[in-house]
Amino acid sequence: MTLKVEDLRVYYRTLKGDVKALDGVTFSLADGEIMGLAGESGSGKSTLGKSLIRLDGRMRHIGGSAELDGKDLPVGDTHAMNPFRFHEVSLIPQYAMSAMNPTRKIGRMVDELLRSRGVAPMRQELERRVGLVGLSADVLDRYPIELSGGMKQRMVMVISTLLNPSLLIADEVTSALDVSSQKAVAKTLLEFRDRDLVKSMIVVTHDISLVYQIADTIMVMYAGKLAEKATADVIVSAPRHPYTQALISSLPEVGVRYEERRLQGIPGRPPSLLDPPKGCRFRSRCPLAFERCAEEPPFAEVAPGHSVACWKAV
Amino acid sequence: MLRLDRVSKTFRTGSFGGRELHAVREVGFEVAQGEVVSLIGESGSGKTTLGRMILRLAAVSEGSITLDGVDIARQKDYYRSVQGVFQDPFSSYNPIFKADRVLEMIRQRFFPSMGAADWRARVESSLAAVRLDPGGVLGKYPHQLSGGQLQRLLIARALLLDIRMLVADEIISMLDASTRIDVLNLLGELKGRGLGILFITHDLSLGNYVSEKTVVLRSGRVVEMGRTELVFGNPLHPYTRNLLGSVPRLHRRWSEEEDAPEEEATCFYHGAAGRDATWPGLVEAEPGHFVGCATSGTCAPALELVR
Repeated sequence: MTLKVEDLRVYYRTLKGDVKALDGVTFSLADGEIMGLAGESGSGKSTLGKSLIRLDGRMRHIGGSAELDGKDLPVGDTHAMNPFRFHEVSLIPQYAMSAMNPTRKIGRMVDELLRSRGVAPMRQELERRVGLVGLSADVLDRYPIELSGGMKQRMVMVISTLLNPSLLIADEVTSALDVSSQKAVAKTLLEFRDRDLVKSMIVVTHDISLVYQIADTIMVMYAGKLAEKATADVIVSAPRHPYTQALISSLPEVGVRYEERRLQGIPGRPPSLLDPPKGCRFRSRCPLAFERCAEEPPFAEVAPGHSVACWKAV
Repeated sequence: MLRLDRVSKTFRTGSFGGRELHAVREVGFEVAQGEVVSLIGESGSGKTTLGRMILRLAAVSEGSITLDGVDIARQKDYYRSVQGVFQDPFSSYNPIFKADRVLEMIRQRFFPSMGAADWRARVESSLAAVRLDPGGVLGKYPHQLSGGQLQRLLIARALLLDIRMLVADEIISMLDASTRIDVLNLLGELKGRGLGILFITHDLSLGNYVSEKTVVLRSGRVVEMGRTELVFGNPLHPYTRNLLGSVPRLHRRWSEEEDAPEEEATCFYHGAAGRDATWPGLVEAEPGHFVGCATSGTCAPALELVR
């Protein structure tokens, strides 16, 4: 078991009070597993990804723990996290366009980065990895501005995985890209896992059809809590949580036409996380809601490898 | 209704404007009343530039854009007929003003003499058309509304003017999956009321869902266009086929499809060698389905067309 997260709670402090972005999340990630983490904006999916590397200083760690390869991950301590970052846990940020230093040639920037982490420059390996993602080695002698968005994204992916981290978090890596570069970037992620450059991966995205292409499992979040986790095929073909069902059926696919079949959105909007409602947080938008939903449903296993937080599914 | 005829746009770049960038090249198509035309292309294909030219936010370098046969540059009340909505609803509003000020600005500019009661009725009917509850959105600040609500409010603002043509530039790419379909269905309803809509998007499945006609752009040129079911059901241009093959789908993984055949590498739009070849113009492959393809002679469907 690579990663074990236990009842993780992360809040953001604001003038109006704490925003409970992540409110008691428990899951685990197996060796070699690619998990897609899906949800709408404000569901806490990015917070979950970032909290595992403690990227954001505004995050307040309220409770819970994370364990990586049997070692405690100091998710509550910015300083203690330093030795883990890049070596054990690595993140591909969403905005790869601005993730690289614009004033340095890429090769030199990577050398400086490695030196700052106490690692000797590894030019040969770097060139091999650059080739692996389909770029030519001379990008290392270019400035970031000379690369296209998709090339920059792939370059950042190479840098993030250079030290073979155990856990890789990819935060919306494809959302700013065109369809054809999306495909190339997604396939690169798969390649990293298949070549054992990273042990397991969390792919944070709002695009379920994209993550379905590469993920083994998909975990769906709603309003700071887990809604459902199962294998990618089960989530797409036989979801049990009403939110997942509504989400999947609202996706327009090639071949579905407005004239022939009207798709339905989900009425309403997610609750404010400043003061989230008691009980099931999807209750007010849920077509199946009944009295028991005032009580919070547990995130329970309904079939092997399939967990759902809904009273109707248990 | 709106007609583009060999429209081109050239930007001057480099120091002293020494270099030319052809953003849009000889694009021609028509948007009729009650019709959604989706304009599909990747970044840099010129789709936004086209939208901006139709909205008169950018000048046309060559060719002409006409509305009901009259050049749009010479129309006086053009914005009463044609309006646009853009990608980012959060930056379309001034955050320190209430969101419905965008509606009030329409009144000041276009209906200065309208009475308060008439105006209120007008606002209510256009909010109803976009399925917004007046009490839920009026008097609110932008940050109090969701992206979908803000985007619909902008469409309501356009509807206040009895427009006949709406340019929708990536209006749902910033919205969440659960709300984007509502905005998409709204476009479907509006076309039922006789509005012509140019739906600019990079997402093929969204374009396929609402539009009657599809125009696929690449490097400023139309590579394929025609009735949506023909372009999506029987894509002829290798670029369109590649695009369609890259779209992630549910229930079907990429690895389960065969990869694009090698022969496409020599295509005019793919191979570097043929890039300077003269453009063959659009060929009508079947009724209502046009393709522009000139290859060095290995692409089977193109060969068939050229014959």
